Amino acid sequence: MRFSAICALFCLLGSQQLTAAEPRPQRDAFFGEALFYAQQQEYFEAISRLDTELKLHHGVDEPELDQLHYHVNDAEFSVGDFELSYRMHRKAGRAIQAVIEGNVAPEVRNEAIYRLARLYFQKEQNLNAFHAIERIEGPLPKGLATDITYLKGQIYMVNGRFEDAEKVFQSLSGADEHEGYALYNLGLSQLAQDETAQAVTTLESLGRTRSSDRAVLAIRDKANLLLGSRLMDTGDFQGAVPFLERVRLDGLYSNKALSGLGWANATAENYEQALVPWTILSKRHVTDPAVQEALLGVPYAYGKLGLYGKAALGYGNALQLMNQELDRLDQSVKSIQDGKFLEALVREEIRQVPDWVVRLRELPETPETFYLMELMASHDFQSSLQNYFDLEQLRKKLEEWDRYYSAYEEVIALRRGYYEPLLPTIDEKFRQLDSLINLRLEQRDRIHARLQSMLVSPRPDFLATASERLGMNAVTKFERSPANSSDETQKRVDRLKGHLNWVWITEYDQRLTDTFEHLAALDKDIERLNAIYQQFVRSRQAATQSYEGYDKTIAQLRHKTEKSMKTVETLMLRQGRMIEKMAISELLQRSQQLEVAQVKARFALAESYDRATMGSPDKAPADASQSAAPEANAEDRGVL
Amino acid sequence: MKIAVKWSLLVLMCLWQLPVAAQEISKEQIKGLDEQVQDIKADVLAISTELKLLEEKLLYPSNTQVSLFVALEGADSLRVDAVEVAVDGNPVAHHIYSFKELEALQNGGLQRIYTGNLRTGEHSLKVGFKGLTGLGNEFTEVASYTFSKGVGPGIVEIRLLGSALGSNSIQFSDR
Repeated sequence: MRFSAICALFCLLGSQQLTAAEPRPQRDAFFGEALFYAQQQEYFEAISRLDTELKLHHGVDEPELDQLHYHVNDAEFSVGDFELSYRMHRKAGRAIQAVIEGNVAPEVRNEAIYRLARLYFQKEQNLNAFHAIERIEGPLPKGLATDITYLKGQIYMVNGRFEDAEKVFQSLSGADEHEGYALYNLGLSQLAQDETAQAVTTLESLGRTRSSDRAVLAIRDKANLLLGSRLMDTGDFQGAVPFLERVRLDGLYSNKALSGLGWANATAENYEQALVPWTILSKRHVTDPAVQEALLGVPYAYGKLGLYGKAALGYGNALQLMNQELDRLDQSVKSIQDGKFLEALVREEIRQVPDWVVRLRELPETPETFYLMELMASHDFQSSLQNYFDLEQLRKKLEEWDRYYSAYEEVIALRRGYYEPLLPTIDEKFRQLDSLINLRLEQRDRIHARLQSMLVSPRPDFLATASERLGMNAVTKFERSPANSSDETQKRVDRLKGHLNWVWITEYDQRLTDTFEHLAALDKDIERLNAIYQQFVRSRQAATQSYEGYDKTIAQLRHKTEKSMKTVETLMLRQGRMIEKMAISELLQRSQQLEVAQVKARFALAESYDRATMGSPDKAPADASQSAAPEANAEDRGVL
Repeated sequence: MKIAVKWSLLVLMCLWQLPVAAQEISKEQIKGLDEQVQDIKADVLAISTELKLLEEKLLYPSNTQVSLFVALEGADSLRVDAVEVAVDGNPVAHHIYSFKELEALQNGGLQRIYTGNLRTGEHSLKVGFKGLTGLGNEFTEVASYTFSKGVGPGIVEIRLLGSALGSNSIQFSDR
């Protein structure tokens, strides 16, 4: 998988065992969530979640504090990757191009170029792919070196640069990741340059590969089939036999190999030998053209062996099966025209299993699916089918969202109904409290300023207690009054004032310290007050925000959803028609093939009956046939 | 006789080599429709992103939002069947894993198991995993954690360590 490297990086970042000396960035949970969906091939969810996360990341004031900051390049790439997997090639291409043109490290740039080249390659824009891959220079991104080399080889091949491709694939020998595929492409490159001997050596070594990997076994079968077919094309039928025999009996290429094996033996007049693969093949599913061919091949071989009775029975059996199949094909065309094919395709329970295409064949009510395996494997049909599935998924989502909007509006209305009557009273109380808080804060600031100035110029009288201050006021008042008429009284007044001043000056330092401590305690209370204040402000804002400012957004979303729904429905209709047309075209093609085979089988049946009813023993004509066969086959080989 | 043999072989060989499908639909038609499908996908994805942002603002405001994520570590041989999560003693999530989900977790994906709203302050979290070990033995792992919800969105990652089953195999990290 393309994002396996990113997943591996994620595993590593999450690992507790990592105790690297350098600080490592924590993984972003929301990016990990997008990977979770991508791993399950739910690309819509993956793109949507990662897009949302990237949008939020780019919207925050300090993106460098966000966890995604450390993975933002990977995230941007991954969006492109997911879009590619979701078959949104145009958008993915634009995103990757933007990275290439940006100010990024050479590894990042090279990775982007690689992805762009792969995109062009997938879209069959071969020249663009070639120009893109040639732009890679400098350090290669970690873990992608082999992938880049392999892609380069593929691009060289599709551009006809087989010599360069050969060198590239040779350099990949031993690379586990592309085991088999690189060797197969190397063989193809050599064949394209008419280096037949080297190609045969390459493909033969691939054809003998031992592996338990199903993909490697499949490519091994493909190599053997390719070699066998090439040799048959050049007339070396006997040379083809060992290669065709190496193809597994239960593999993807088994039917073609068995058919070829039959022909190789029949052409060499080994009709008994030809009967073996054809008989195996004739018992397989009759929808495969190779099987239909074997149904005629078996009686043909019997005929060549002079067993005309058996041949006649074989042709009769083939005709019966073909008639049944033709009826089934007619039913299938009708079923598709009735829309049952598309209905079957979108059934959820069918698509829950990985081999859903095979399961589709088991549906009794959709006979057409029996015939469409090969068509389903073609790129155009696959992409059309995937588009249809994607459109169905979009339709379901849009339908679901449309219901959400009404629910959200109800939530908003309920919140409005709850908050609106309460808020004016709360706001009034808050305003009163707010002015009181401001007053206290001003007082605190004044005290703070006064204490700061007292550090520079001490003012002991400022730290007098309330009783001392009242006492001093009373003494001063008495001093100025007529009662203070004698020296003795004045002395007593001075003594009192002196006592107070003595207390203030001697206790000044302690009092100042105490005052600072009280101020610090006050600051703690103010801090708590501010926290409560902020919490209240946030709650107050949240109350308003919980029901205000959504109407326009919801209205716009609803409009967009409705508009998209109409487009999706139109496109589904068109895409569905296209799929049905492709399927019907395929079925008609099959019908035509069967009709042609049926006509030939009838002639062959009549001929076999004639020979069988001639009364001559089977042996005599067989001998005659055998005596005529070598010459006839020599001519046939010329035709082949 | 020679003619008959040649004829038979020719007929059968021709059958073998008949082209499989001749489609009436042109490449341009397929490409044109494909591009329109790509456009509508982009449109619907844009709606989805807008909707997610709206939901986040409307249903899970940042000051109360808490998300819990599940991750597996070194658990390639484990068959985790289910997980249960309780916040402040209340069950909030229960999930039974499909094979695909398990594989996605084993490959480094993170599953958001719960998103909800909580007040600022301390909250308790209790998590339980059930499943089978690589040897086919049943296991049940339970762990508790206390996390502090601040004014911003809260995220708690719950990791099941396959290598530490039976002793501190569930680890937590929050931010």
